[in-house]
Amino acid sequence: MSDKPPIITFENITKRFGKMVAVDNVSLSVQEGEFFSLLGPSGCGKTTLLRMLAGFETPTEGRILIDGQDISAVPPNKRPVNMVFQSYAVFPHMTVADNVAYGLKVDRVPAAERKRRVEEALELVQLGGLGARKPDQLSGGQRQRVALARALVKRPRVLLLDEPLSALDAKLREQMRTELSTLQEKVGITFIMVTHDQDEALALASRCAVMNRGLLQQVASPNDLYEFPNSRFVADFIGTVNLFEGVLAVDEPDHAVIKSPDVATDIFLDHGVTGASGGVIWAALRPEKIELRKRPDGSVAPNLGDAPQGANALAGVIRHEAYLGGESIYEVEIEGGRRIKVKRTNLTRWDQEDFALGEAVWLCWHACSPAVLLS
Amino acid sequence: MAKARKYPVGPLEYLRRWQMQAWLAAVGLFLYVPLIALMAFSFNDSRRNIVWKGFTLKYYDKAFHDASLIEAFGNSLTIAAVSTVVSLALGAMVALVLWRFRFPGKTVLDGALALPIVVPEICMGVAMLVFFARVMPWPQGLIWPLNLGAIIIAHISFSFPFVAVVVRARMASFNREMEEAARDLGAGEWRTIVDVILPHMAPSLVAGALLAFTLSLDDFVITFFTAGPDTVTFPVKVYSMVRFSVTPEVNAASTILIVLTVILTAVALRLQGDPAVTAGHAPADKS
Repeated sequence: MSDKPPIITFENITKRFGKMVAVDNVSLSVQEGEFFSLLGPSGCGKTTLLRMLAGFETPTEGRILIDGQDISAVPPNKRPVNMVFQSYAVFPHMTVADNVAYGLKVDRVPAAERKRRVEEALELVQLGGLGARKPDQLSGGQRQRVALARALVKRPRVLLLDEPLSALDAKLREQMRTELSTLQEKVGITFIMVTHDQDEALALASRCAVMNRGLLQQVASPNDLYEFPNSRFVADFIGTVNLFEGVLAVDEPDHAVIKSPDVATDIFLDHGVTGASGGVIWAALRPEKIELRKRPDGSVAPNLGDAPQGANALAGVIRHEAYLGGESIYEVEIEGGRRIKVKRTNLTRWDQEDFALGEAVWLCWHACSPAVLLS
Repeated sequence: MAKARKYPVGPLEYLRRWQMQAWLAAVGLFLYVPLIALMAFSFNDSRRNIVWKGFTLKYYDKAFHDASLIEAFGNSLTIAAVSTVVSLALGAMVALVLWRFRFPGKTVLDGALALPIVVPEICMGVAMLVFFARVMPWPQGLIWPLNLGAIIIAHISFSFPFVAVVVRARMASFNREMEEAARDLGAGEWRTIVDVILPHMAPSLVAGALLAFTLSLDDFVITFFTAGPDTVTFPVKVYSMVRFSVTPEVNAASTILIVLTVILTAVALRLQGDPAVTAGHAPADKS
């Protein structure tokens, strides 16, 4: 994959609006056939990056290459990319078929071929037979399909999607998620999607770029982003996390210990830490990687077998439960008053004990579970 | 009424309260009775416009054979048509500029645009008089319709701001992504304007044209100050007729003008009321 030249390359892209830096020296490349996602909170510059690729904004510094060609001077109507807009921007005065045909008509594709391709595209997004409708006779989800068909019918090198699912209700969003990824597999076109919804990015993308305040934080597969975040921002932005600030007390090639004033236990790791300069570091522990156990009076801390007795175990009391059906999220108050989030899959009807509010519990985790963050 | 009384009047059913009904009746009375009286007396078989003597159409016949009245009417329609077309173009362009761009002096232009709307007509009239007398005298003795030039210019200057205001209000609801979508799909700037922006603007163009046309057709004050002896418009002509006496002929001429205006308004409202036009749905182009 990496020996082929990338289809899109951002080279040191900076975009300023007046004094505000929207995108700060971002370099990034996307390979052909990827479902790439730009992820970040609102105002992080992800949409600006996408709009520069589409040609609606010009970079203040840097170059954008498509197939190795610098496209800085190419107007949006001449670029081999097409976009699905956040508002869909379906033309209200045209029928569905005319909307989809618009790009082909502008390109002077002969009428017969145009008709065939429009029908194909409508079929592809499951709108076959609705070509004669006006957009105001369609539901939100159908309008989005029109926007998709309208962009795909032009067979772009890259399809750009700006917050494609944000305007849909929850059930439809889930359905469109599946459809978008099957669609991408079917047409084989490179997709670049902007989203602020981490679930969406994780579910759809083959690779994600996380941005914050114009800076690129991390580019990785969804799995790597979740399990191996490179900073507190990424760890916190992707999913939920319990962060413990501390210092490295022991650092050997095969194990390490973090001592944190936040918790009354050693955080034992089954690997050494590279790159630590002796300053403050953080251990990030995901809620589902913590195990809950009952804590009768006088019980000793549980040991999962991969850490010394007393490490990676905390005594606490359950203070809050959010019951979500398939799982529960507990907030457990530990010594010192801090609350730790713990997620537990609901196996109640099978063989699980339940925990009640105010119940005394042990929290414990494996030595390989915490992620160590240097920044 | 007896049937409606069976149910108590709901808190929001204002139309079923007698106060509201009385109010509506009063509004109707003051709005329409003068107009209806004017129309009715145009059929009155009497030189004096006071007592009803019987039905006749002879004043219509007279009005249609009054060459100077017909000429004035023709002048009015010509002026209205030309000034509407020019106001529409100017107004739409100004509206687009104000909607689309940020530039130094934008607020000044915005304010200046409202001036012809708020300045008292009599002041506009005097200003026009001075303008055409001192600054840019309109040549006298030109052939028709060039002799109407001064009036047309005056009419354009007070009606294009109305068009601009209406069009700008409409453009405020335009989704900019629509424009970007057209560009993204391969359309150049002109094509985008024609295919996406104009269809959205269409209803406001209809409304603006109607406004400009009726403003021009109606205008008396400003026209009075810019008209010469050989460029009499319909309102000016009616005024000069009334100075001698209010004859049924004046009533007949006015009735024709009212009917014409009502028909035009109805047509425009119909065009606007068409959901296809209102939502910016011009008939899809058929290539």
